[in-house]
Amino acid sequence: MSEDLESIKRVLKDYILEDLLPGEDPDALEDTTPLVTGGVMDSIATIKFATFVDEKYGIDLEAHELSADYIDTLAQMADLIFSKLQD
Amino acid sequence: MESPALHCLLEASAERFPNRIAAVEPDSGRINYDELNRLADEICVLLRSRGVTRGDRVGLHMRKSIATLACVFGVLKAGAAYVPVDTSAPAKRNRYIFTNCAVKFVMTQKPDDLELDESQVEPKSLSDVDERLSDVYLAVGPANSAAVGDEEPTPIDLAYILYTSGSTGVPKGVMLTHANALAFIDWCSAEFRPDEHDVFSSHAPFYFDLSILDIYLSIKHGARLVLIAEGAGKQPKQLAALIASERISIWYSTPSILRLLLEVKDIDAYDHSALRTVLFAGEVFPIKQLQALQKIWPDKDYYNLYGPTETNVCTYYKVRPELDADRTVPLPIGTVCSGDFAMVVDENDQEVPNGEEGELYITGPSVTHGYWSLPERNAVAFFVDADNVRWYKTGDLVRQDHTGEYIYVGRRDRMVKRRGYRVELGEIEAALYRHEAITEAAVIAAPDPQGELRITAFFNWTGEGRPSIIKLKQYCMDNLPAYMIPDRFSVQPALPKTPTDKIHYQRLKELA
Repeated sequence: MSEDLESIKRVLKDYILEDLLPGEDPDALEDTTPLVTGGVMDSIATIKFATFVDEKYGIDLEAHELSADYIDTLAQMADLIFSKLQD
Repeated sequence: MESPALHCLLEASAERFPNRIAAVEPDSGRINYDELNRLADEICVLLRSRGVTRGDRVGLHMRKSIATLACVFGVLKAGAAYVPVDTSAPAKRNRYIFTNCAVKFVMTQKPDDLELDESQVEPKSLSDVDERLSDVYLAVGPANSAAVGDEEPTPIDLAYILYTSGSTGVPKGVMLTHANALAFIDWCSAEFRPDEHDVFSSHAPFYFDLSILDIYLSIKHGARLVLIAEGAGKQPKQLAALIASERISIWYSTPSILRLLLEVKDIDAYDHSALRTVLFAGEVFPIKQLQALQKIWPDKDYYNLYGPTETNVCTYYKVRPELDADRTVPLPIGTVCSGDFAMVVDENDQEVPNGEEGELYITGPSVTHGYWSLPERNAVAFFVDADNVRWYKTGDLVRQDHTGEYIYVGRRDRMVKRRGYRVELGEIEAALYRHEAITEAAVIAAPDPQGELRITAFFNWTGEGRPSIIKLKQYCMDNLPAYMIPDRFSVQPALPKTPTDKIHYQRLKELA
């Protein structure tokens, strides 16, 4: 796999902008913008996110990982996926 | 003995105050009580000469004016009920209304707009009756031979029928009697204590039920009624100027109109010292804006009046500045009035324990007998209890607070279920209204293409630049349960309005 952290982040950012924030200025979504605790991602959105990650990267996120502790920001999401891809 | 009637209010005031001004059209005319009563008499004689009798209906397709006010009383004096319509509404809708309740005649200033058959319209205007009626024409009601309305007995003392938009898109005619209106007006007299020195605004059009207070309370007390034309009624500066120049003392309108005044930058330049009472009804007044209005206009009495057209005003709340200044939740709708009774019930028509949420049912002297010629609708709009008391189901959800005041929760049909949670769309709106850069908000729920319920918030934006959706979601997260955060945010320059100045939800649904 040749996925680096930045390219994962770009993919996730495009996904979130398109799916959850249509109309938002892309610059407003930063690596550290809180998504789960910020009201952008609710429980349904996190499940959809898990499906997207599975389809795109072939990674199964576990239930406890679908929480603000692991996926509250783009940076956290990318770290999680990146580390799983190394396993 | 004759039961009291609305036109007796005019006759009594004409007797007591013949020379006092009854009504004013700013910049164009005025009429005193004696003249208004005589003009109404002339119209009554004309209608009777054309065969109008007690129990008939007469349509009013007229813009608001002194002549129209005289026609209202002329129709009532003839024993008939008046059916006012919006002259700017499509001809098809107005013809439907006039056909539906089988008006005998229509009084109109623009027969062409109604697209009536030429043979139905009398060729000469009513200038022979009185020159003040020179632009009023009489037309035979469209297709009034169709015997609608015969299925059900109609109240004998019907005074007017107000058509409201039904959820199905077909207007429903709410029948109101002289007694219904007088129950409300008599309560107003006791609460607001007007006298002949008061000057009332007539902001609402005559086809809107806010006009009932304007017309009859003012006339009853020999006060002066300022007829505000529709165009002027929506220009903030013109309104501020009008309240000053006419020295209006009792104002009544929807909150949407009062909010316009907040846009007038130099409002202190206008002398509004005559104003003593501010009444509003028809929708929720966002608390932040009411408080802003109270800063502009301190020391006035503010009242939140509540009631669907079907009940007149049935509850009221007098704002207590000392208590309500720090309030962040909307005002209560208060306690029952107009001699009515209320109960709060669950889905099985059982009264809920005190303090719990339920639908508000109303019975009493101000409540309608029903909709014109809609027996099926009437069967479901009312609940008859074990004691044979007939209650109107308002469709509004309320609860009582610890002081016994009713708190408005929202429309029953605006309560949606999302992921198992009950979501009241009005509650999301209330939260958006608290945002410092939002002065207008409306929230709707509709299924997305996948069939999942999607909540869309429409609002205006007075802040700098474009609002950040991320920040709006964060704001909602801080102010609402997570399951109530809208899925979509849509900024609008201004929200679409209905002809009665309420937010046009139907149009928003088309946008979403």
